[in-house]
Amino acid sequence: MESIKITNGKGPILQLKEVSVSYTPGKYAVNKVTTDIYPNTITAIMGPSGCGKSTLLRAINRMHDLYAHIKTTGEIILKGKNVLETDPMEVRRMAGMVFQQPNPFPTMSIYDNVLAGYRLNGIRLNRGDKDEIVAKSLMSVGLWNEVKDVMTKRGSFLSGGQQQRLCIARTLALNPEVLLMDEPTSALDPISTNRIEELLLQLKNDFTIVIVTHNMSQAARISDNSMFMYLGEMVEHGNTTQMFTKPKNRRTEEYLTGVFG
Amino acid sequence: MEAFGEYGVWGFIANGEWDPRSATEEYGALSFIMGTLYTAFFALFICIPFSLSVALFNGEYFKGKKISSALSSIVDLLAGIPSILYGLWGFYTVRPVIIEMGVNAQGFGIFLSSIVLAIMIIPYASSLSSEFLSMVPDNLKEGAYSLGATQIEVIRHISLPTAASGIVAAYILALGRALGETMAVTMLIGNTNRIPLGLRDTGNTMASVIANQFGEADGLKLSALIAIGLLLFIITAVINLIAKIVMKKLSQL
Amino acid sequence: MNQNQIVLPRARKGKNKLVFWMVCFFAFLTMVPLFLIIWDVVSKGYENFNLRLFTEVTPSSMDALMARMNNDPIPGGILNGITGTLLIVGLAILISVPIGLFIGIYLADNRDRHFAKVISYLTDLLQGMPSIVIGIIAYSWVVKPLSSYSALAGSVALTIMMLPMIVRSTEETLKMLPAAYKEAGLALGSSYTNVVFKILLPSGFGGIFTGILLAISRVTGETAPLMLTALGASVVNWDVLEPTSAIPLLIWDFYNDPNLIGLIWSTSLLLLIVIFLLNWIAKIVASKWKV
Repeated sequence: MESIKITNGKGPILQLKEVSVSYTPGKYAVNKVTTDIYPNTITAIMGPSGCGKSTLLRAINRMHDLYAHIKTTGEIILKGKNVLETDPMEVRRMAGMVFQQPNPFPTMSIYDNVLAGYRLNGIRLNRGDKDEIVAKSLMSVGLWNEVKDVMTKRGSFLSGGQQQRLCIARTLALNPEVLLMDEPTSALDPISTNRIEELLLQLKNDFTIVIVTHNMSQAARISDNSMFMYLGEMVEHGNTTQMFTKPKNRRTEEYLTGVFG
Repeated sequence: MEAFGEYGVWGFIANGEWDPRSATEEYGALSFIMGTLYTAFFALFICIPFSLSVALFNGEYFKGKKISSALSSIVDLLAGIPSILYGLWGFYTVRPVIIEMGVNAQGFGIFLSSIVLAIMIIPYASSLSSEFLSMVPDNLKEGAYSLGATQIEVIRHISLPTAASGIVAAYILALGRALGETMAVTMLIGNTNRIPLGLRDTGNTMASVIANQFGEADGLKLSALIAIGLLLFIITAVINLIAKIVMKKLSQL
Repeated sequence: MNQNQIVLPRARKGKNKLVFWMVCFFAFLTMVPLFLIIWDVVSKGYENFNLRLFTEVTPSSMDALMARMNNDPIPGGILNGITGTLLIVGLAILISVPIGLFIGIYLADNRDRHFAKVISYLTDLLQGMPSIVIGIIAYSWVVKPLSSYSALAGSVALTIMMLPMIVRSTEETLKMLPAAYKEAGLALGSSYTNVVFKILLPSGFGGIFTGILLAISRVTGETAPLMLTALGASVVNWDVLEPTSAIPLLIWDFYNDPNLIGLIWSTSLLLLIVIFLLNWIAKIVASKWKV
């Protein structure tokens, strides 16, 4: 169900058309989702456990390719290109992902972690460029001051919140169009969660963010638009404030008032 | 166990840098130490591409699939074949090939023993390595894929470095096995008592000289052989200890 | 980000595919020796593999030579080796299994005790020992004092080889059992020994039995330690204090005597069959008794 969304006056940057994902033939974890995401917005995807929100997110950057039994159909248009027909490696540079469990690479230093996207893609940079990218990425997540003296160390001593910000920095270093975030704060303490939420509000100016969250207050706090999913289907997608105050669909209302989920 | 330390000849042999033995009652362990090291290291070198491939096949590419368990069963069977049968096979089947390749006239020697030895240690190196590879968390690999890496890039930059200590330990253990291997080497190395200088040479390893000469040895010769056994024991014990230390580092990572 | 700095995706994909196929190639090659060896042993051992193998003792060199000169098939069999292996390995099993189980149980329960750590360390040490060194040890312990080679010495050597394997598999199996079993047993008022024998060991039977079978399979094929301890004999021997033959020892004898070459492949075939059979049974037990 389409309702008025915040669009910043621009056309959609990401379009989903009849996207379905199945793990076993005939059973759909995501069922014919059609909707648009607009640039420089934060879109929250919510719903009870098992509703398909993470599955939908991971379809966007072709993570399901890693698992042979998962089939994805439909169209996902990112900046004019159909993601499902483009080279997955390219897609993943355009759509960066941050996971629920912070996963900095343990065998690399903090410095190298930020640059991991370049290294893995075989892009060679000179020292000057590298320093610049690292500084910029770490500053944009607010980690620069905290780690600038220990950048050659491995990241395992960082706190959970810092590790997650490092992972965000790593993703940002590649300048993606869209940031896909899969419950990025559920493994973190409230203070770190708070910091990251503030960070996202700032990042919104330069990036488009899609965030899966099971935390309704988080969605209410930071998202412009919200998408509610239930049993693999998209039930409602609209302006967050409106959805929370006057949801158009009964199931949305039930979820929001805590009947289930 | 340390009983053979008593044998009086200790002083002569302990230093390990002696002239090879001759019929005139002169005993020194150097040529056998060299023979052992040569064959073991060369075998290790040869086995790396094969065991690493099997490890990657089982721990990464086809992890959890049926074809992977088929491969590991077959590789396990390789480990089950007794040493003496490897020796027979090496003698009757591989040796003619070596002779044809023109390595040396009789076929025996470092080259032949190392090849067969390599086949024997592949299972040890590969099964442990593949276990460590499969323990790399999916979490990390997904993070790398999401940045746009290909599978080999993820393996090279993420999986292998993460499993590195375990893999190194596996190879060290395989080396230990190669150092102590007896029957197959005895049958294939040519049993000469000089220091081997190259792959084409024949020689003896510590294990093979004991196997060959223990039966009829007595007096000084016997103690010499037992002392060599002690040396072999110490070397393998140290190697295994190093492997354990390396593996400990893994759990600290 | 500079798009044209990216290494051509096609080159990277090509590299990816190339490495993949190389890995498959080498992995496949690794299987080849197994089939070659089996093929060799089977095809060459097949013709002499008959009942005589099991019923007659090894021929003397002279007899074998004469038979060859007359173009007769080689006389004799390997009965002395078969009985010898049964005796030596059997005795080794009788000694190593109880001791191994005992140590394994102790280690599984007492992880933190200092003594346990020492034992664990010694077990690892033993595991890495070359078989010939174990032969020397058994020689010093049994052959020298008794002034004679014997089946007993051989069994001692094999026991030393089997112990670490049995200890480890017992320990690991027991560690994997849920602590709940032990606690429930004790909570019912049972004594600790009872819990071990009536609950833990039966539950862990699969893993433990597999470990024992694999240990047996490993030592059945061992030659080197037996060369220094049991030495070998040309007659069937059931006296543990006398030199005794064994299947792998016979293979070694045949290898060294050109007259007896005729029996070498059929003997090898028998050995291979026994070992693979043991391994196969171990696999079946392991999968049926999954903890």
